Amino acid sequence: MRIVEIEDVIDESPTIRTLIFNDKITANAKAGQFIMVWLPSIDELPMSVMIPYKYDEKLYAAISVRKRGISSTYLYSRKKGDKIGVRGPYGRAFEIKSERSLLVGGGTGLVPLIRLAKQNRCHTLIMGARSKDEVIFEQLARSMVDRVIVTTDDGSYGLKGFATDPLEELLKEERFDIIYTCGPEKMMKRVLEIANRYGIEAEASLERIMKCGIGLCSSCALDKYILCKDGPVMKGSIILGLEEFGKCYRDKSGQLKSTI
Amino acid sequence: MLSTDICVRLRNPTLLASGILGISYPVLKRVYEAGAGAVISKSISIEAREGYKNPIIVKTEHGWINAVGLANPGVEYFAKEIENCDIPLIVNLVGSNEEEFGKMVKILDNLKIIAYEINFSCPHVEKVGLEIGDDPELVYKIVKKIRSLSKKPIIVKLGLGSSNMIEIARVANDGGADAITAINTIRAMCIDIDVAKPILSNRIGGLSGAAIKPIAIRCVYELSKAFDIPIIGCGGIKDWRDAIEFILAGASAVQIGSAVSERWLDIFNEINNGIMQYMLRKGYKSIDEMIGIARY
Repeated sequence: MRIVEIEDVIDESPTIRTLIFNDKITANAKAGQFIMVWLPSIDELPMSVMIPYKYDEKLYAAISVRKRGISSTYLYSRKKGDKIGVRGPYGRAFEIKSERSLLVGGGTGLVPLIRLAKQNRCHTLIMGARSKDEVIFEQLARSMVDRVIVTTDDGSYGLKGFATDPLEELLKEERFDIIYTCGPEKMMKRVLEIANRYGIEAEASLERIMKCGIGLCSSCALDKYILCKDGPVMKGSIILGLEEFGKCYRDKSGQLKSTI
Repeated sequence: MLSTDICVRLRNPTLLASGILGISYPVLKRVYEAGAGAVISKSISIEAREGYKNPIIVKTEHGWINAVGLANPGVEYFAKEIENCDIPLIVNLVGSNEEEFGKMVKILDNLKIIAYEINFSCPHVEKVGLEIGDDPELVYKIVKKIRSLSKKPIIVKLGLGSSNMIEIARVANDGGADAITAINTIRAMCIDIDVAKPILSNRIGGLSGAAIKPIAIRCVYELSKAFDIPIIGCGGIKDWRDAIEFILAGASAVQIGSAVSERWLDIFNEINNGIMQYMLRKGYKSIDEMIGIARY
């Protein structure tokens, strides 16, 4: 466990903040890897590693958190100077290919995709949000990716609809070599199915309940895979063959619960 | 060459320790297919348990301290989870009294599982595990109850409590236990000095890893001297050398736990291959020939 101090806080949306801290080891994380963030006496949360904006990428890293439950709201409310614990990075990252890539992300699922775009030139990013308020990382993305397409469910900004709508349109017209996706499972399932239909390789960063983060407790089991070790990034061809993906997850006791 | 007997014949002496990965059948099966001689489920209780809040594990200099809190889906759900079991699976059970164990065995006994392992040693949950494992009378009653209900082998998993381990092993043996696993994690704690707080949410957990191996070796040595039943060594095994050391101390098999985190599932094949190379070099033809030969 490494104790780090939050050195900067950036408001991304009314519910999402990025916390920047100095930690060389996390700064070395590959896109898609996660760290476990310790909130002393409160909880420990798995967080995808974000880029540190203007701070030195070799020394700094960041996490972007949406306030939802008690623990994530506590983390969201941390201020400059507050201390958190970090361990990791853990898990399988996106496999970087120097080909024409297409990124599809939604919500805080954009975090590993932004890191990927920073580490490797990416051609197109489609980012989905519920409404204008929830659109995050847009300027950042435009500074790194050749083309950025924004969709909102309610049409309050960018294209009206889901991120998967322009995806279909693009694939009809253009050729991409790989699709990377992270976001709500329903969205990722659609993305992987579309990629599969067009015969394009895909990778998705998945999520399940994460406890130990190091392959011991199996809280994050998805079929026979353990996401903290075999994932969180897995190949689309494997994911589409899973029985539990898009249908159910294991709760804290290990019982399968439907997500539909 | 690697097969061994723990009241049931196994293809090799490396078992997946209870508490590690064993919550779902697909994962248990994958661990067996990756090379384990048998796999042991997480501790299963009468009712489902969510376990403790995070953090549930912390790495220390020579091991890990965990307090998962016996998260498990409960016996009825787990029985359904493993209903089509076709691998050598040992179900680990945890409970507070003989009635609870009796109920669980009745639900599980018709399934194709090869043995029960009774958790008398979890050091971080109240009223189960080590707290009952320290009570010789209760240990005797529980083992006897399970014996009266099942013909399957009963393995008792012991730890370092306030009672004498040999005495607890003796009453378990008297009650009808067929084998002994030694040892469980050892009650331990870790405090972060920057924020001046214990790291684990439960504050206290169980220490595993290299730090406890010499203690586990001593326990296996003493138990195997005192009893004729198979002893299964557990505690800090990370490579074939550790496994051999346990076998020479008197273990018929070994369990791999936290080291899975470092070497992942290849660890079973790696240890088995290492044991085989050692046997070839030394001229041993079976695991049996090596068990306990360091004793004098």
